[in-house]
Amino acid sequence: MSMKLPRLLVTASPHLKGPASTAKIMWHVTWSLLPVWGVAIWWYGPSAFLVVVAATAGCLLPERLFGKRGSLNDGSCVITGILLGLTLPPGIPLWMAFVGGFFSIAFGKLVFGGLGQNAFNPALLGRAFLQASFPVALTTWPAGGGEWWRLRGDNFALPLMRGDPADTVTEATPLALMKWDRESEAAQALGVDDLVFGMTGGSVGEGAAIVILLCGGYLALRNFLNWRIPASIFLSVAVFSGLLHLIDADRFASPQFMLFSGGLMLGAVYMATDMVTSPVTNRACWIFGFGIGFLTIVIRTWGGLPEGVMYAILLMNALVPFLNRWTQPRVFGTGRKKGAPA
Amino acid sequence: MRALSLFRHGVHPPDHKTLTAELAVKRMPFPARVVLPLSQHAGNPARCIVKVGDHVERGDKVAEADGYVSVPIHASATGTVSEIGLWPHPNGGYQPAVTIDVDPYSAQTRRQRLLPDWESLDQGALVKAVQEAGVVGLGGAAFPTHVKLVPPEGRKVTTLLVNGCECEPYLTTDHRTMVDYPERVHLGIRIMLECLGVKRALVGIELNKADAIQRMEETKPADLDVEIMGLRVRYPQGAEKMLIQSLLDREVPSGGLPADVGVIVQNVASIATIAEAFETGLPLIERIVTVTGNGVKKPANLIVPVGTILEDLIAACGGLTDDAAEVVLGGPMMGTACANLQAPVMKGTTGVVVLTKSEVRSREQQPCIRCGHCLDSCPVFLNPQLLGNLAKNDEIQEMTDNHLWDCMLCGCCSYVCPSNIPLSQMFAAAKDSARRAQASKA
Repeated sequence: MSMKLPRLLVTASPHLKGPASTAKIMWHVTWSLLPVWGVAIWWYGPSAFLVVVAATAGCLLPERLFGKRGSLNDGSCVITGILLGLTLPPGIPLWMAFVGGFFSIAFGKLVFGGLGQNAFNPALLGRAFLQASFPVALTTWPAGGGEWWRLRGDNFALPLMRGDPADTVTEATPLALMKWDRESEAAQALGVDDLVFGMTGGSVGEGAAIVILLCGGYLALRNFLNWRIPASIFLSVAVFSGLLHLIDADRFASPQFMLFSGGLMLGAVYMATDMVTSPVTNRACWIFGFGIGFLTIVIRTWGGLPEGVMYAILLMNALVPFLNRWTQPRVFGTGRKKGAPA
Repeated sequence: MRALSLFRHGVHPPDHKTLTAELAVKRMPFPARVVLPLSQHAGNPARCIVKVGDHVERGDKVAEADGYVSVPIHASATGTVSEIGLWPHPNGGYQPAVTIDVDPYSAQTRRQRLLPDWESLDQGALVKAVQEAGVVGLGGAAFPTHVKLVPPEGRKVTTLLVNGCECEPYLTTDHRTMVDYPERVHLGIRIMLECLGVKRALVGIELNKADAIQRMEETKPADLDVEIMGLRVRYPQGAEKMLIQSLLDREVPSGGLPADVGVIVQNVASIATIAEAFETGLPLIERIVTVTGNGVKKPANLIVPVGTILEDLIAACGGLTDDAAEVVLGGPMMGTACANLQAPVMKGTTGVVVLTKSEVRSREQQPCIRCGHCLDSCPVFLNPQLLGNLAKNDEIQEMTDNHLWDCMLCGCCSYVCPSNIPLSQMFAAAKDSARRAQASKA
């Protein structure tokens, strides 16, 4: 018996591999952010483009310098950059966006050990850092619309120099109107239509709730995000703000307003669903989402800030290990009551 | 007929069964020699009772059972014992084996009965006869069948489940058994029902085997309480626990046996083998093997003498293609890769799947991104993500606290992991070291 014998491999089972890959997930999320970014550019002009590019560049640099070799290819770093850029005001000096991006990756991700190791959403950590460092720049909201090509602020201000805010037209965000000026009627007069289609002041990517929802829906269908998280956030925001609104409609905004204003859409669909910093069990995802919705309403209503999505998500990120432990699935063939010690 | 799908989770890999699903079972020519490893079943290896130079007839015992959880091994061809010693084993390494040079002039015909007629047997005698026939589970695990026929003290078995799922991709042995030999399957069911005093039998078949379901329905004897059930196509539908849940909505307790929920599960090929043994009077000396995959020139479903060397088997199927890269014994989800084609086919070898270079392309491992897909795929609801982290740190005790023993190594978690973390491989290794730790303590 003579047969030419090839060199045969020996690998462990299973010898088949499903179609999913980490890079594929990350790049799909990245592509799905492009329409959101596109709406922002349409509304805020070149500023929206530049801010996101600067934040992304700030993210790529430390990943390239300090990350594992080839880790740029997994796409997670680009997501962080785009997401951070989308949470910043369009008029922010670009160097701040860059520094924010650098902080996001260097201190939000790499110090923990890189992809998969961080406890907190890096983009939100970067934003929290910027908010603490440059509170004025982070709360100056240029108006959208108007002449498309015009910069919406002093994007090219040099580091540590005083910018020239002379020709910037600013406007209050709907949430700020509601909070500081007690103009809840004025804010609500904007109408849900404006909020849904992005015709309000705010961060780069806060507009166009409808686009964010559509892109998130695509990701959920492909199983690239856990739909339970945004669903539970929307549900709890609607329930809690609805209750408050029922108690006193003059003081508390309506659920529609709460759902479609500020960063809630972007936060619920893209930030809270970050796989690394959200729970692994489905039951924990429900709790996680409810917590974010509840904290958002609490901060927006009684906190010292007009917007609470960022801190709500960061706080719930901290609880993820506990949520995972408390919601271990019931192992096949074990009693209903017995949980797994984690 | 009802279509059931009570078991949750699992995965749905492409099944690749069209390569051999339509091919009727054919007999392979007898090879020049057969090699019979003494360890080809779960439990104690058999004890060799022949010596070099002995002449053996087809069906003669060459090794006897060593204890209760063990079965004898029989010559699969007439010839002369030429060697007793270490031989490449399909699971890797070398194991004691009996080599028989097949007599090229022997007609290899049937001879007088070695086994009694089944009609006269009571449960005890049947169990003994099944053990004497060397029957093991032909679904892959090769657990001695006679052990499963005796429920533990205090357990009453009322239902026989016949496992015709064959949820592993590529394999079509059970499928062809049901299409080509449905009467034999029904006879096997009859033997089991009448000898064991079990009331009814359910045959579970995945819906992608419509012709098997149809043939089994057509040939069903009127006096037998058998129901054929179509099952959703979902891996691992054919795992014992999943099958019981799908067909009866009962959960086998963790660490328990099917008998704990009043059930005995037999693979359809094992049932057919029991019937065949009593029909012909010959013990288990050959089995149906699917030789398939893009790496083999002429895929086929063959009746193969146990002990046929893989090289001979593959040559009978036209040989390997130039881009063949990995030979997997069993299905691709749970089978073992074998690099030494001198290793023989064993009683538990369901198939030989040859994968090509492009199909085995290894992918780089990435860090876990906690996507939770492994939790959504685990059919027994473990937390592979947590277990994987523990395995990395070698925390075996923690792993067993987190139900490592409930893991059946089906491979679903590895299959879905986007970061290519070899979870089931890590769990297999952890189980091994846990077992060793237990053994050293005892």
